[in-house]
Amino acid sequence: MLTTLRVGGDERLARAELRRQIGRLEHQLSRLAAEAFPRVAIDTGVAGHFAEPRVAGLAELEQVRDALADRIAAARVALETQGELETSNRELLRRMLAAPAEHKWLRISRADVGEPGCGHWHSRPRLGPLGMLMGWWRVKVSSGCPLSARLAAVER
Amino acid sequence: MDAGGARSQLGWEPSPEQGWVAPHIAEEFPGLGLAWVEVDGRLGRTTEPVLQRLRDLSDRFYGSHAIHMRERPIPWAYRVFFRQIGLDPDRTRTPIEQLALDRLHAGAFASRGMPVDALTIATVETGVALRAFDAAKLSGRLCIRDSAPGESLPGKPGKLAQGTLTIADERAPLELLFGPSTADGGLESDTARIAVVAVQVKGVPQAAIDEALWIACAAIQA
Repeated sequence: MLTTLRVGGDERLARAELRRQIGRLEHQLSRLAAEAFPRVAIDTGVAGHFAEPRVAGLAELEQVRDALADRIAAARVALETQGELETSNRELLRRMLAAPAEHKWLRISRADVGEPGCGHWHSRPRLGPLGMLMGWWRVKVSSGCPLSARLAAVER
Repeated sequence: MDAGGARSQLGWEPSPEQGWVAPHIAEEFPGLGLAWVEVDGRLGRTTEPVLQRLRDLSDRFYGSHAIHMRERPIPWAYRVFFRQIGLDPDRTRTPIEQLALDRLHAGAFASRGMPVDALTIATVETGVALRAFDAAKLSGRLCIRDSAPGESLPGKPGKLAQGTLTIADERAPLELLFGPSTADGGLESDTARIAVVAVQVKGVPQAAIDEALWIACAAIQA
């Protein structure tokens, strides 16, 4: 955790330094929140100290700075965990594509591997029950949700 | 719209007046400032050109803009300032973020009449926080200062807590600097002249402030 800078006991300088730190941390948190969207929801909220705007004192500024640092740490952990999960899912997808019969009925969505869109890969038997009996498995790729314009075109 | 475009729409060049900031506040917040322009205008329905402008803005403002907005320098500057004055910008939204949220909820920048629509356009275009006051009711230069004991906002019951940051004229506080809006700027049906006020914080360039005031004035007079 960062420590408060106190220069010659001048609290004004300490507050200025804390405000600078808050600005930098806010920038980092905003960048992480944008990077995570929509895969991971990042909590960027830091409870305000006042209902109305005031000049925050040293203690309030320290609390805001520390809370922002905590939020950044939590965001990095969440992103890292999600990244590991997506890497693992991509490996599973690679194995499923290579050997569909060994991953019967497994369905992996684009979101599971960190890609945009709502498509998925699904290990299914060819020709239904006959394929199940014969062991003819394949991975069916769904391209995802139809766009609203395409739906409108179909309805016309 | 660029500044030249706004100026040509106006037909005259607004020269923003600079407000002052109480010295002990300015010492704490270098870069904090206030500028305003007075323009003829009334409360009322929004004209078709301004409505069209709102629709155009809605059409080119997507969810991705809202997500990445806080990474842009001006919205970020207001977020940081909110943190520094004890407000949580995820609860008490900065003006540009509140507009973005409303846009996503409503599916468009909904018209709320003049001069609010003019301020909406200018804020969305520039990110700058704007307020409107009835110019006839202002006394002297505007300023940013903390409230003194016993002061209150016009038309609102209750006293302000001492030290609350406000926009004030030479007589009394007019409105909270940021946060929940508690006053209406004194705008009434007989208002004939509107003071458009821009609040500048550290990180917001003067050019953006001028641009926001120009755009707002042009829209009010459209």
